[in-house]
Amino acid sequence: MKGMTMTEKIIAKHCGKDFVQAGMLVMADLDMILANDITAPLAIDEFVKAGFDKVFDKEKIALIMDHFVPCKDIKSAMQVQKTKDFASKIGIKHFYDIGVSGIEHAFLPEKGLVKAGDMIIGADSHTCTYGAIGAFSSGVGSTDFAVAMRTGQSWFKVPKSIKFELVGKPKQGICGKDIILYIIGKIGVEGARYCSMEFVGEGVKFLNMADRFTIANMAVEAGAKNGIFEVDEITHTYLKEHCSMPYNAVTADSDAEYYKTYTIDLSEIDYTVAFPHLPENIKKKEDWGNIPIDQVVIGSCTNGRYEDMLAASEILKGRKVAKGLKCVIIPATQDIYLKCIQNGLAEIFIKAGAVISTPTCGPCLGGFMGILAKGEKCVSTTNRNFVGRMGHIDSEIYLASPAVAAASAILGRLATPEDI
Amino acid sequence: MIVEGKVFKYGDNVDTDVIIPARYLNTQDHKELAAHCMEDIDKDFAGKVKEGDIIVGGNNFGCGSSREHAPIAIKASGVSIVIAKSFARIFYRNSINIGLAIVECDMADKINNGDMVQVDLDNGNICNKTQGWNAQVQPFPEFIQNIIKNNGYINSVKKQLGGK
Repeated sequence: MKGMTMTEKIIAKHCGKDFVQAGMLVMADLDMILANDITAPLAIDEFVKAGFDKVFDKEKIALIMDHFVPCKDIKSAMQVQKTKDFASKIGIKHFYDIGVSGIEHAFLPEKGLVKAGDMIIGADSHTCTYGAIGAFSSGVGSTDFAVAMRTGQSWFKVPKSIKFELVGKPKQGICGKDIILYIIGKIGVEGARYCSMEFVGEGVKFLNMADRFTIANMAVEAGAKNGIFEVDEITHTYLKEHCSMPYNAVTADSDAEYYKTYTIDLSEIDYTVAFPHLPENIKKKEDWGNIPIDQVVIGSCTNGRYEDMLAASEILKGRKVAKGLKCVIIPATQDIYLKCIQNGLAEIFIKAGAVISTPTCGPCLGGFMGILAKGEKCVSTTNRNFVGRMGHIDSEIYLASPAVAAASAILGRLATPEDI
Repeated sequence: MIVEGKVFKYGDNVDTDVIIPARYLNTQDHKELAAHCMEDIDKDFAGKVKEGDIIVGGNNFGCGSSREHAPIAIKASGVSIVIAKSFARIFYRNSINIGLAIVECDMADKINNGDMVQVDLDNGNICNKTQGWNAQVQPFPEFIQNIIKNNGYINSVKKQLGGK
């Protein structure tokens, strides 16, 4: 029997097989499924239309209201209401609205609702985030979610795996966002299409959990089905702190089959920015030129964690955002928001002239809370810089780390912390 | 099942944000979504598209978010099939799940805007009537043809479970 990758091992365990390999079609059991205020209502319509009246497990479904909350308009409010009523009628345990929750992909790991070894699907493309803690997790649509709510299963084609061997130690100030943008720049937005991205190697130990969440989160921006990290001491410490349930850490076999292998020397990576209008459009600092910036957004499922807030605060401390520049900071969950207040970050942000929003996906997808006007340029720690993603079709988005975003906010142009 | 229509041609990496911008994701109404379909890449699309017409793209069509609103908007516009060199995986899965025909074809970049194209879903034959050539693609396996014929995955599961 051939060896298996991490992804193959998790899939095999969840479809009752000793062995699976890339290309096989399997029906797998799911440990957790999730949807939000945009995708759940569509799934609920389908669920009801199909005449279903019960779910596979009331404790393995999470409905998190995070995209357009606090509700931006009547229609959004109706979507949350529909989801809330459904959760209450069916008895779904994990329904979370404002006041308790936050952005789904920051919230679920924080509350220990997802864990290593799990098989997870979510009606949100950034569901791949949980690969950071050694889970198989993948984004799907509302119909897959609706069927999974009833059956607790979903079908998968076992993906080919690409190994990313991380070596070297990142330079001071370089974080997970620089690393994943660098990788996407190298392989392209379809460089891992339909594949699993497995992150291993001695360089992983230099990455904290926030770095790993950011990297796994943006696997979808390379077209991947999932991204996954090996569980190590850093993961164990995180899981012990956040999760009370037992979990299953998997490692790839030494003879596992990889479709491709890339060696990524973390020590070679500098501050990395994706220019409009694709996440692969990476430019080196010397090629940036002078780009005046109108708005900075620091937050999202990609970079709204406490470590991201801390990195931004270290740069904004005692400084002011450039005159006329709008700076929106969005801690991803209630817990992170509170920690920002308790530890003095909120004061730093406000004194710098930034606004702090309650947790929401809002501006990342052009929903609300920081929409761009015609011609405006934004440095954002979010994940997509497609045409019109954050507002007007003639606006521009530059994807970057919290440190680069904060430095750009101060200088009013695309800049790194070293430029200050 | 044979479909035929006029082609609306786009390039590589057509993302779900241009297929249906997030500012319209506060509704699940299919007609309303169709009214804004492709708006940020082709503002005339919704006004011009006719029942049966065909969207053709390049590589990585449908990349980006998991919003099923994207294939729904395309289907509700009357589009009979999307042909592209390659598709992003969530979009591909969502399209089949809602019963939108979708096919990968290496010749996609040879098809021009406005061409009349016919596709036989049962045998995988693509005929470009304007340019006068045929291409053969892998036909859908039967279970996927059934999903499309039953107008979506949920309907086939419903049959399987007897509606419970």
